[in-house]
Amino acid sequence: MLNLTLKVWRQKTPQDQGSIETYDAKNIPEEASFLEMLDIVNGRIIETGGEPIHFDHDCREGICGMCSLTINGVPHSKEKGITTCQVHMRKFQEGDTIWIEPFRARAFPVIRDLIVDRSAMDRIIASGGYIDVRTGSAVDANSLPIPKTDADSAFDAAACIGCGACIAACKNSSAMLFTAAKVSHLGHLPQGQPERDKRVLAMVRQMDAEGFGNCTNQYECEAACPKEISVDHIARMNRDFATALVKEQLLS
Amino acid sequence: MNASIRPLCAIWNSSIGKKYLVALTGLVLVLFLAGHLTGNLLVFVGQEDFDEYAKFLHTMLHGAGVWIARITLLACLVIHVVATIALTRQNAAASPKYQHEKTIQATRSSRIMIISGLTILAFVVYHLLHFTVRVDSNLAELAKESPYQMVIAGFSSGIVVLFYVIAISLLCSHLSHGVQSIFQTLGLRSKKSAPLISFISKAYALIIWLGFLSIPVAIYFFKFGR
Amino acid sequence: MSIVLDSKIPSGPLDQKWSKHKMDSKLINPANKRKFTILVVGSGLAGGAAAATLAELGYKVKCFCYQDSPRRAHSIAAQGGINAAKNYQNDGDSVRRLFYDTIKGGDFRSREANVHRLAEVSTNIIDQCVAQGVPFAREYGGLLDNRSFGGAQVSRTFYARGQTGQQLLIGCYQALEKEVHKGGVQMFPRTEMLDVVLVDGHAKGIVVRDMVTGKISSHSGDAVIMATGGYGNVFFLSTNAMGCNVTAAWRAARRGALFANPCYTQIHPTCIPVSGDYQSKLTLMSESLRNDGRIWVPKSKEIAEKLRNKQILPDSVKDEDRDYFLERKYPSFGNLSPRDISSRAAKECCDDGRGVAPTGLGVYLDFRDAINRLGEPAIRARYGNLFQMYDKIAGEDPYKQPMMIYPAVHYTMGGLWVDYNLMSNVPGLHVLGEANFSDHGANRLGASALMQGLADGYFVIPTTIANYLATQTPGKCSVNDDAFKQAEAETTARVNKLVGIKGKRTVDSFHRELGLMMWDNCGMARNKTGLEENIRRIPEIREEFWNNVCIPGSGNMANMELEKAGRVADFLEFAETMCYDALAREESCGGHFREEYQTRAGDPDVDSGLVAPGEAKRDDANFAHVAAWQYNEGQAPTLHKEQLQYEEVKLSVRSYK
Repeated sequence: MLNLTLKVWRQKTPQDQGSIETYDAKNIPEEASFLEMLDIVNGRIIETGGEPIHFDHDCREGICGMCSLTINGVPHSKEKGITTCQVHMRKFQEGDTIWIEPFRARAFPVIRDLIVDRSAMDRIIASGGYIDVRTGSAVDANSLPIPKTDADSAFDAAACIGCGACIAACKNSSAMLFTAAKVSHLGHLPQGQPERDKRVLAMVRQMDAEGFGNCTNQYECEAACPKEISVDHIARMNRDFATALVKEQLLS
Repeated sequence: MNASIRPLCAIWNSSIGKKYLVALTGLVLVLFLAGHLTGNLLVFVGQEDFDEYAKFLHTMLHGAGVWIARITLLACLVIHVVATIALTRQNAAASPKYQHEKTIQATRSSRIMIISGLTILAFVVYHLLHFTVRVDSNLAELAKESPYQMVIAGFSSGIVVLFYVIAISLLCSHLSHGVQSIFQTLGLRSKKSAPLISFISKAYALIIWLGFLSIPVAIYFFKFGR
Repeated sequence: MSIVLDSKIPSGPLDQKWSKHKMDSKLINPANKRKFTILVVGSGLAGGAAAATLAELGYKVKCFCYQDSPRRAHSIAAQGGINAAKNYQNDGDSVRRLFYDTIKGGDFRSREANVHRLAEVSTNIIDQCVAQGVPFAREYGGLLDNRSFGGAQVSRTFYARGQTGQQLLIGCYQALEKEVHKGGVQMFPRTEMLDVVLVDGHAKGIVVRDMVTGKISSHSGDAVIMATGGYGNVFFLSTNAMGCNVTAAWRAARRGALFANPCYTQIHPTCIPVSGDYQSKLTLMSESLRNDGRIWVPKSKEIAEKLRNKQILPDSVKDEDRDYFLERKYPSFGNLSPRDISSRAAKECCDDGRGVAPTGLGVYLDFRDAINRLGEPAIRARYGNLFQMYDKIAGEDPYKQPMMIYPAVHYTMGGLWVDYNLMSNVPGLHVLGEANFSDHGANRLGASALMQGLADGYFVIPTTIANYLATQTPGKCSVNDDAFKQAEAETTARVNKLVGIKGKRTVDSFHRELGLMMWDNCGMARNKTGLEENIRRIPEIREEFWNNVCIPGSGNMANMELEKAGRVADFLEFAETMCYDALAREESCGGHFREEYQTRAGDPDVDSGLVAPGEAKRDDANFAHVAAWQYNEGQAPTLHKEQLQYEEVKLSVRSYK
């Protein structure tokens, strides 16, 4: 059993200022997950007449991308390659103080406490992160062989769960890794070629319009990504964007 | 919008476009540093060779060469600085602060790029006034005789050397992140080449640091040429 | 109310029914399509695919989900793969075989025509997904790879590492966002459906709560599609996401939609065992692990005892002391036996005192032999991410020691009753995916959930919904109609009532209590006494809930306790119907195992060696029907039966020996 001190960001409404509140988390089983620890603390808060700490979570197995806590300054905690819901309390020591804050970015307004609005990421996908294929019009799946290495590279990029940790970890709140992962996923596949230029231009412009920052090549995003998506995809997107921009502006 | 500047606006208006400008101008400035250093190191060869080199710079292409270089470098510098300031302001606006700040793997050099950059800018202005425009009339007189003597005299002042050391050290820091960033921004870096690029970047920064500091250190501390 | 359950299955030979139905289905001219508004609740594989496809066709679509983005629907968590009768492996697969495996896997409790249609469109799904850019696993020649999966003897499962559901959902989400961008779909994330609105008996709208502002409002449309997933969370602990709930389906049931076969719940054999009472959910390890992992417990209780107390390590147990019980009992399917059979076999071993894990509720899934045969790198390539996941959760390295697994609630085959057009008995209310009951019978085969969700969304509903819409005048209803105002007022009153209780107990404590009771008496094995006990106890808990639950804060802002409370309140009503269904079905089939009805020594099939004693024993003469339950306020639900007609398949004993 662990006894911990929590420093938690509390903010009742989007308009409120918000501040850090301190909570005691006593007798926490080491086998519990981080979110189960918060469940326990919330149960006690409710029983003593308080309002529970609000946070986003859903699948609790590291794939839906809903959970979004910054733990001691690092999105999803300092453990590599996992989401908040996969953090287990056995990684903490007796007496630790844990800072819990929302995923911060200007483009992620706080809704309540640790819950933020990440709809900007949906709008980036909507601007061009797809292959425009009408249902029912597809050719046979095996009519277009794809080299295994391309399929694997596409998959590496497609593993993104859209949690926003890359943005929250970035010193500039840049959405480059998120955007690049989608550009690179579709750009690696033959099916993605017809819209390749259009896609990268539209997605980068939407990303800029949402008020995200710019990449300064510090790779905090890659380090925080629960799926360990590589910044190689950013390099690739930079190249794709430049080519597409030159074609758009200077060629027909 | 005027059709002739529309492509330029398209570049400027996108984050990646501005970063390309920073990377490309950075590349020009990085290459210039190599040339500049090579020329400067002629100080150690001797007064005659150094003065000859200075004379060559001013007379190549009938005197136009130096102006072409100066204008190109100035343009690159201005674009580099203006674009980075614009990007930095956007970044500051985009990123609220955490109550408990933490960095995972960003290097110190990468986090002080704007500080190192602006200090280097201040130094460049000073450096141009010092050795190119020569606001100091004594140095200006010396330069007419021999640029070599001007350099020796210029680096005989402790305060000048101190500023020089600080600026070059920050330049070294700036380059160690900046050179590898050029590769990433231009889309030329990958997991496979990353260790090599990182090595090149740091080695280059170190060479620049050692090379440029060797001159004032030799002159001020080891009385070279005095 | 007398209800006639007309399944509307087309006439003609089985393999031509769907083609014939498509030809006979009504069409709506493109200029008229845009006049129809369709409300889609849920944005998983079924809902997302339906919303995107209907918008492509030209309908106006509004899509709702409780998550912050449609990309997070729980379809994302499916790991193993998706079945399709492509026969790319040339191993004898066909539409007919996929159809038969699914019917048999469902223990002969599903509709022939629906299942055949599912098998037919399975091939289109793969084509569609590949065209969307889903990065399925490929062979070095560049063509698609397949693997085998529980309940089948051919390799027909397409997969994308261990994240097939995620990749399919993202493909679907991208198609949906494309339509959002084009203006065909209006998306409402963080919006929870709390009621369905009927106008003259037709579903014409829904009441929703904005989970950010707390505002309750309604939306009107010409048809409602619910693709709201399953009700596994009635057990509190399940592999479902925390937010999965029965509310949408239950609200529809309260408005007259029939709930079919609620007792059919699937227990998945390969989950990480429970470790303590603080636990909030169970984690599934993909069934694909059973391709190479061997499942065992020790032959003796003494060794099991030592393993539980960590006095010895599992790898030190000799082969002759191990009981590879699936291989022993079901030699032809072995470790790939269907889920219900594998789960019960594991439970039997643990009940026998031979379970491992500290709680005694666990069996080993061992990769030692596969690692010796194929080498660690090959195993890492196949299951690396799953092994990593296990290590993170359990804190043990499965390359060195076997994994421990135990069955957990995973999927619910029951759901709202629908006809061949996927429309419920409430006109206009269509139900897709896990939320309906239609395709899996009493048990679902692995890699078939993704197939069904996408089949319903991409290929079935876009055709069949026209049969309803063609009978309707578009835009007839508005949210200003009395029916809408009244439904809104009722929902508001309910929310206010919940918030006003301010009792002593947390929502979770009620949910845990209900869940434990359901797991004990309506879980992997059921009996009359336990079910009757539940039917008596559930109303008592419900009573206490409505008097003593504590929901802090107010309803007019984000309030997660309120959201949970609304869902638990519905589980507390639904659970009762589930127990009634389990009680009424006096047979064992698929995911429904009644202890009173099992094979015993002396049965002809047991004596002939076809099945082992202790297996599920069906009663085809009396129970080859769909049990559809009608909700009655304050009374026991009424049972309506739809007899299952088998034209092509001969009902047989489901043997995997």
